[in-house]
Amino acid sequence: MADFDKELDARGLNCPLPILRTKKMLNDMSGGQTLRVVATDPGAVKDFQAFSKQTGNDLLESAEANGEFTFLIRKKA
Amino acid sequence: MANKKLAIIATKGTLDWAYPPFILSSTAAALGYDVRIFFTFYGLQLLKKDLSLQVSPLGNPGMPMPLGMDKWFPVLGTAIPGMQSMMTMMMKQKIKAKGVASIEELRSLCIEADVKLIGCQMTVDLFDFKRSDLLDNIELGGAAMFLEFAGESDICLFI
Repeated sequence: MADFDKELDARGLNCPLPILRTKKMLNDMSGGQTLRVVATDPGAVKDFQAFSKQTGNDLLESAEANGEFTFLIRKKA
Repeated sequence: MANKKLAIIATKGTLDWAYPPFILSSTAAALGYDVRIFFTFYGLQLLKKDLSLQVSPLGNPGMPMPLGMDKWFPVLGTAIPGMQSMMTMMMKQKIKAKGVASIEELRSLCIEADVKLIGCQMTVDLFDFKRSDLLDNIELGGAAMFLEFAGESDICLFI
């Protein structure tokens, strides 16, 4: 996965906490910066797609390995 | 473009029914919605400073019970004294174990995200709620106040 500016560990958290923590973290970042999120909630895959679509923050990557889901999000400029 | 709007009427005051309004509102706020929740009747319990929400197996055949109790336990057994607090305790343990947020946490996330919480003035009077028992940062209002916002909303839910 590409470089990122900040990282959020959302493992063990259930809906809607991964999205809420992500939003909170993005609030403190500047436009164009990237955030890597690691989650274990399988629902997060669809949720992060929907979050990106509705907020305009690009979902650059979405991957799964060993029961963990990793997302790379670029904050809207 | 103006923000989308979500309007919710919350009418239930149990631990399980407290989840839908707070989950949807906090998430909608994170997605950029303007959100208002109107708490009426038993829903007003969700605005108390000290939440003591319970969940009851009574009259709730859809509630999964521990040890397969929902299969063999007589329906009347769910009315045994102490059953409600036991089920509430077990539900809270499960919520914690599965990484689901507590209602307290979701509610503060809503407030932090500027979700407007409105208590029904009529219910406050009807059930003799003390204003001091309710959160400070809420408004009290009536049906017309809610409908003004709901009439312009993109999503309007009765929970």
